[in-house]
Amino acid sequence: MNFTRKHLLGIRELEAGEITHLLDTAETFRDISRREIKKVPALRGRTVINLFFESSTRTRTSFEIAAKRLSADAVNISVSTSSVSKGETLLDTARNLEAMAPDCIVVRHSMAGAPQHLARMGNAPIVNAGDGSHEHPTQALLDALTIREHKSRIEGLKVAIIGDVLHSRVARSNIHLLTKLGATVSVAGPGTLVPLEFGELVEQGLRVEKTIEDAIEGADVVMILRIQRERQDAAFFPSMREYAVHFGLKPKHLERAAPDAIVMHPGPINRGIEMASEIADGGRSLILDQVTNGVAVRMAVLYLLAGGGHAELDEKGH
Amino acid sequence: MKLLIANGYIVDPAQGINTGRDLLIEAGRVLGVLERGEERPGGVEILDATGLIVAPGFIDLHTHLREPGAEYKETIASGAAAAVAGGWTSVCAMPNTDPVNDSPAVTRFVIEQAQRAQLANVFPIGSLTKGCGGKELSEMGEMKNAGIVAVSDDGHPVPTAGMMRRAMEYARGFGLTVVDHCQDLSLTAGGVMHEGRWSLILGLRGMPAAAEDVHVIRDCVLARLTGASVHIAHVSTSGALDAVRRAKEMGLPVTCEVAPHHWTLTDDALAEYDTNTKMSPPLRSQNHVTALLEGLRDGTIDAIATDHAPHHADEKNLEFDQAPFGITGLETAVGLAFDLVNQGIIDLEQLVRLCSTNPARIFGLKDRGSLAENAHADVTILDPACEWIFDAATSKSKSRNTPFHGRSMMGAAVATIVGGRVVYLNPNYTRITDAKQRQASA
Repeated sequence: MNFTRKHLLGIRELEAGEITHLLDTAETFRDISRREIKKVPALRGRTVINLFFESSTRTRTSFEIAAKRLSADAVNISVSTSSVSKGETLLDTARNLEAMAPDCIVVRHSMAGAPQHLARMGNAPIVNAGDGSHEHPTQALLDALTIREHKSRIEGLKVAIIGDVLHSRVARSNIHLLTKLGATVSVAGPGTLVPLEFGELVEQGLRVEKTIEDAIEGADVVMILRIQRERQDAAFFPSMREYAVHFGLKPKHLERAAPDAIVMHPGPINRGIEMASEIADGGRSLILDQVTNGVAVRMAVLYLLAGGGHAELDEKGH
Repeated sequence: MKLLIANGYIVDPAQGINTGRDLLIEAGRVLGVLERGEERPGGVEILDATGLIVAPGFIDLHTHLREPGAEYKETIASGAAAAVAGGWTSVCAMPNTDPVNDSPAVTRFVIEQAQRAQLANVFPIGSLTKGCGGKELSEMGEMKNAGIVAVSDDGHPVPTAGMMRRAMEYARGFGLTVVDHCQDLSLTAGGVMHEGRWSLILGLRGMPAAAEDVHVIRDCVLARLTGASVHIAHVSTSGALDAVRRAKEMGLPVTCEVAPHHWTLTDDALAEYDTNTKMSPPLRSQNHVTALLEGLRDGTIDAIATDHAPHHADEKNLEFDQAPFGITGLETAVGLAFDLVNQGIIDLEQLVRLCSTNPARIFGLKDRGSLAENAHADVTILDPACEWIFDAATSKSKSRNTPFHGRSMMGAAVATIVGGRVVYLNPNYTRITDAKQRQASA
């Protein structure tokens, strides 16, 4: 199966086969980062623009390193959304960049649908690097790659997603991906951040649980979400202290999970709030594996979208 | 010169007429309805309405004409042109302009601009509160003398029940219907679409149906307290409709309207983040649409109104969160209303009630909404068999923000007569006026 789409805007619209193809491609790229010379000429002469309207260290660096390891020229642009709203529109910004003939534009934006807007109105392939509370497809792919690495499968697994589900694009992309590949997902958190209707997000495989204990029961994977203060216009819970006591992941919770359960977090962590430090730094935590796999996944995505996708991998210096 | 609209089928629920008759007009008024075979007076101009429906002029209770203040979106002249092209002989202009229509000076300006355009009748709606600010009563009495037909803070729901009570009590004294855009702002803060499965999928902030429900229920309770006539604008939820139904059962003076997009589209239309699907109230989920269709069927809904809300392409061509609420509607409403007839939800007579008879009654528009003798000669001529495709590029509005571009329709307004003057004629229906030439050459 080939990945023939022009853009990567979300996981929701992908077929299971396309997701698997992306993951398989990422796996072949993982080795490159383990070599002494971490560079292949796959995208030599291509230009990737990282257009970030929202602050990011991890994701932007990950895309930049991914592009550079494929020999693409990577340009990073950070724009604060507020300055854009005073002047140039998103579309005009993108059109000006497109006039410089990039092969791919990676977009992060605080507003849901911004990458779709650019994909519809512009010409360059668009990679969604996170749009508001909508999707963060490469995060879900790197999470899946990490799970596959440690569990050797996704189908049949039970995954618990805990925390600020309402505002989380990571949760949405993961739920789409995991349920498409046959896992079951349970979500839980404060009632204000986990609407009862959330179970309708996908056709099947998703349950909204009342308590985080119920969600974690028997889980093979426990994903903890970051509290997205920047997307909360009002107090959705009384205090950080209360959140930590009632919704923070603690060792006792993991006793309910499967004995070999793994723990994940998209970062950055609010230590001692969403997750006890002893878990974040403990043996079950795959947080740094996720970051490592992020580069491989983004290499795969850029490779498939920015022009390398139609040639065979072997011709690209393997 | 007399004008005879001949050979048509007159549907005028106000008079209980639903049969083939001719309509005779003189000096901007209806002279009378002639039986088939009745001797036609001499020296008349004839419009041939063979095979067409002749209805009392359609009245849109809810239009945003943007002038004064936002003439780049729409002017009273361009809005009136779009109105008559869509079959509306009269439009009621919402006061949320810049400046707000909260004074007789603005009211008179709107009326004068409409008179210059000489297309549709434009009836201004005055604001309930100064600047639509929700704090101080506006000069309703002075505005009524200047020509307003109702009062509303549309788009800026009066947030407190106390202020709304005063506004209703005061409006009641002038016989002005209070029109309310019902939305509890504390429940919709930051919201850009209906709250439900699709808002969760798209990651957009939702506006729950409950925000409309609680506000409509509040207004119904206040209607009982104050005795004011209350008209609920663009009802979009099953709960709001239930509240109106109960209020009517209790005999309260509460009426409501529905906008065509709310029964035609559901919230899944937002899947591609098209800002032409962003309006307030938002497109709802199927269960609400089903309830609206039932409300149209059982007569709980009194009127069809467009909520025509033009915006410039530059304003809509933004991130979904940034784009303004609203879509144009004057030229698509009648076509979409015919969907209801074609699907058997309402009959043609009810369509005329919803678009003319009832709107005239709700705002107390004297001698309109009927083709009775001496009524204003406002006539909408319909062809239920007209198949057409809406092309936004040909719209008479200055704006193009519609989700209905390219939509196939069956049924249209093909000629619009305001005050006895043909102000719109569908170019494919010249046969209507060809009769004139035949008459002249005979």
